[in-house]
Amino acid sequence: MKALLDSFKPGLKDKEISPLQFFGKHGISVALVLCVVIFSLATENFLSADNFLTVVMQASIIGTIAIGVTFVVIGGNLDLSVGSLLSFATVLVVDLHDKVGPGMAIPLMFVFTLLIGSINGFLIGYLRLNSLIVTLGMLSAIQGITLVYTGGKNVDISDQENTWFAFFGREEIFGIPVPALIFIVLGIILQIVLLKTGFGRKIFAVGGNETAALFSGLRRKRLVFSTYLLSAFTTACAALILGSRVMGSQNNVGEGYELLVLAGVILGGTSLLGGSGSIVRTVIGVLILAMIQNGLLLLGYPYYTQWLVTWVVIIVAVWLDIAAKRGKLLSSY
Amino acid sequence: MKSIFDIITKQPIWIFVLICIIFFSFSSPFFFDLSNFTNILIQASTIGVIAIGMTFVMINGNIDLSVGATVALAASLAVGLQPQLGITGAVFVGLLSGVLIGGLNGIIAWKTGVDAFIVTLGAMIGVRGLVFIYTGEQSFYAHDLAYSDFGASSLFSVPVLALIFIFLIILSHLVLKYTIHGRNVFAVGGNRIAAKEAGIRVGPHMLVNFILIGFLAALSGVLLSTQMGASTPNLGRNYELWTITAVVLGGTRLTGGYGSIIGTFGGVLAIAILRNGMNLLQVPSFFVLIILGSILIIVLFIDKRFSEQQGHGVRA
Repeated sequence: MKALLDSFKPGLKDKEISPLQFFGKHGISVALVLCVVIFSLATENFLSADNFLTVVMQASIIGTIAIGVTFVVIGGNLDLSVGSLLSFATVLVVDLHDKVGPGMAIPLMFVFTLLIGSINGFLIGYLRLNSLIVTLGMLSAIQGITLVYTGGKNVDISDQENTWFAFFGREEIFGIPVPALIFIVLGIILQIVLLKTGFGRKIFAVGGNETAALFSGLRRKRLVFSTYLLSAFTTACAALILGSRVMGSQNNVGEGYELLVLAGVILGGTSLLGGSGSIVRTVIGVLILAMIQNGLLLLGYPYYTQWLVTWVVIIVAVWLDIAAKRGKLLSSY
Repeated sequence: MKSIFDIITKQPIWIFVLICIIFFSFSSPFFFDLSNFTNILIQASTIGVIAIGMTFVMINGNIDLSVGATVALAASLAVGLQPQLGITGAVFVGLLSGVLIGGLNGIIAWKTGVDAFIVTLGAMIGVRGLVFIYTGEQSFYAHDLAYSDFGASSLFSVPVLALIFIFLIILSHLVLKYTIHGRNVFAVGGNRIAAKEAGIRVGPHMLVNFILIGFLAALSGVLLSTQMGASTPNLGRNYELWTITAVVLGGTRLTGGYGSIIGTFGGVLAIAILRNGMNLLQVPSFFVLIILGSILIIVLFIDKRFSEQQGHGVRA
């Protein structure tokens, strides 16, 4: 009977989308709303402007890096070296702070971090080596360079009270913590770059179909190179936040960040195959992970419970995403 | 002449191992020594046992990032449950946990079709959470000394840990080379769709390999805890990266379809010899990180140039 009725409404079927497709398209927003609703109902303190700022602040370091890495992933590559690079940049800026002053330390840190990023970009963009292995090698090499630089010792800033370096990690503008501000502003700017400029569209093209992009005259080498410069740049920004907040650094402070960053990017629905993704969704992905962390802590669970929840959330999110594209829930192997 | 060229291009890592052995033998009086060699084998066995499983998974065209966390889980269970279950029972539960984690990864990858990289990335984070929940952030110590005695014991004056490692290398080499399962590993990795059309049950096949690597990671964790007589919740951090490094050094391709256990063995030895030799020369261990990272990229570069010459880059 229903089939009969449906047959009188031509065109309707095309517009209807199945629940699966709906989740595939809007899953990340649904998840964000779900997160907020559940934690707001379960705890008293979750739903407040203050706590929201705390969440953004906690997400700011991983989020800032994730924004740059999103460009790399959309371009069809991976960057596993950002964790080591974060350690390197943080150690460098903190160590140079006392030696040459913050005014010189910050530009120097950016120069050296971008230099390492350009090595990644050269090896992967120009020599066309596999990005996973190159950045894996760089992960260990950069860690080594950091340790050689410090001789294995931790570094810290001696006069922590009277330096304007504290601005990036500890101060507020109009009640908004600067780390959160850096994170959000970078996110907005780079989202515009990604969507509204030729550069952004070319990166989608290179990640989506390299051969087609090549034949349409895109300079693949240069584009891939620039995505790695971008991820090094956002990593340097994150190092600024981290160094300023802690006013010191261990040699392995960024260890494991590369995978947490990737978790945020993947949760945001950016395909590891390249060619699709968005900064806004990456930011939401990172925020969801931070909310899970924050909410579970408010509920009184130990911090490591979040890892278990993260596991489930990542797999379910990517599963729904893939299932929506495939049109059915299970694979056909 | 051609065969030498073949070896250099196909197994460049063994050349590197040879150079390392010669170099360290001349520069350190303590290096070329049987007891030092067995030392190297023991040091290599931790990563090596996992690398065997990783070779299967990577030739399959998959990857497993959760091995480091599995090492910690198995070690914590095998040491922590000893008061309740005794050594045998605790070790059994530890190994079982690896099988279960591997099985879970495999079933998720099979049924959902989510890429193994993402499945195991999730598991890597989640299993570490399980370890912390179980241990409550505590380290465990084996009170029964028989446990740590096993880690230090020898058979025919060869340490048991080294024997287990060598035995597993030989066994897995034979399995990969001479069994149906072994041939399927290459077939599935080379072309998944063609393998499916040819009647290989791709999903269950990959599941078996994930169970294998889960078991081997757990075994590595148990063996490591017998060496220390203890377990810590942070055990095995970064092991996934070291293992992948070793396997890639050994010439296995990330894209799947190509690789060998012998190559992996070379990769594992290269890392262990480099660490051991640099240690004997009293070079700070950080330089090892830089050298290993560079070698990884150089091996990749050689491999890429060679495959482009030979097959115009068809093998990716």
